[in-house]
Amino acid sequence: MSLVHVTTKVNGDEAEFLCEPRETLLDVLRDRLGLTGSKEGCGTGDCGACSVTLDGRLVSSCLVLGVEAEGRDIGTIEGMAAGEDLHPLQRKFIEHAALQCGFCTPGILVAAKALLEKDPDPSEEEIRYWLAGNLCRCTGYDKIVRAVQDAAKEMREAV
Amino acid sequence: MRYHKPASFTQAIDIASTSEGVTRFLAGGTDVLVQLRADIVCPDDLIDIKHIAGVDQITKTPEGGYDIGIAVSGAQMSEDAALAAAWPGLVEAMDLIGSTQVQGRATLVGNLCNASPAADSVPAMIAAGVTLTVAGPQGSREVKVEEIATGPGKTTLEKGEMVTKVHVPPRGDSGGDAYLRFIPRTEMDIAVVGCGVNLCLGGDTITQARVALGAVAPVAALVPEAADILIGTTLDETTLEALAEAAEAACQPITDKRGTVAFRTEVAGVLAKRAAKIAYARAKGEAK
Repeated sequence: MSLVHVTTKVNGDEAEFLCEPRETLLDVLRDRLGLTGSKEGCGTGDCGACSVTLDGRLVSSCLVLGVEAEGRDIGTIEGMAAGEDLHPLQRKFIEHAALQCGFCTPGILVAAKALLEKDPDPSEEEIRYWLAGNLCRCTGYDKIVRAVQDAAKEMREAV
Repeated sequence: MRYHKPASFTQAIDIASTSEGVTRFLAGGTDVLVQLRADIVCPDDLIDIKHIAGVDQITKTPEGGYDIGIAVSGAQMSEDAALAAAWPGLVEAMDLIGSTQVQGRATLVGNLCNASPAADSVPAMIAAGVTLTVAGPQGSREVKVEEIATGPGKTTLEKGEMVTKVHVPPRGDSGGDAYLRFIPRTEMDIAVVGCGVNLCLGGDTITQARVALGAVAPVAALVPEAADILIGTTLDETTLEALAEAAEAACQPITDKRGTVAFRTEVAGVLAKRAAKIAYARAKGEAK
């Protein structure tokens, strides 16, 4: 099977890779670009662990083909912290202990960041609906929701 | 698998009609990629239609309707305030499909052509009177949404044919639509029953009505008997009871893990009544 050459942008940096047409963007990120922050939970778009942004739009990278990334702008969990400085959401997840095993965490952080960019002051209900496609099997969701609320508050006050 | 990125509908149709193997069109991929991964469908030719000009646009027509491109995502529809105000039932039905992540990719035409009897957007499109342009090697034709699916996973589209545009009619004055589905949870599930209702009023009286049911037959379908009951009424209690009976009578469901025949039939009546009330309130301008 012939490989396709793809040029794209990941977290603001130019990236290029060769991939088979049926490889998912998640496979490409993890196995070809070494960005293993995005996780494979279900592989069928149900769990949200592979959440990334594609031209700013939240998607499941397991439901995107690598070849579809040509000329697009991809945002992953690796682009969230500024060097050693954690994003407010990342800090608040630690403060609120909003994780146990951590497998769902990158996806939830990417999804929550997309929410706060769209709406800096979401209600609890809006947060719960927005994150309904991000499954966590450890903590329940209360601590996650509280961490998102607290981060949103801090980010609003910082503006 | 060969991956194609045609720049025009003509090219896409040419690839699909001359392919000697299995073809699939790729828009949002929320069904195609799942089937690919599960080895249910392994296309020889995968045709990504997102590079065709205009497919990502929602445009208002001179008549006041909306033309929706075939790659427009559910998220884009929800963000279009004018479309959501004119056709809230249709937009909400699309928005019920999957998660935020799925909404970022999923499309109306994908939901339709995947031909699941439980597809949420389909009863809402049928109720709204949505039509489609279908193009193929023999030219193009206009088709009603209810004419596409023929059974689970099966459509009337011929080899090489594809939907090229979705046409949502003008809302007009004093009109309203609604879609409701029953699921045992609050989010992220597949409809046990779905019901779309679309009404136009003259004063308080219903002058036009369309009712469609999903997940209670092999395909989502229009229920003209239910619509006839609504026309000429002000949606009083007697009418609502008759509507529920007509909706129940139109059901040919199966029993599966999501619901029994008896349950689905009863719920169809309940949802028809509730959706009709919402559509009526919207048509009167009393609800958003």
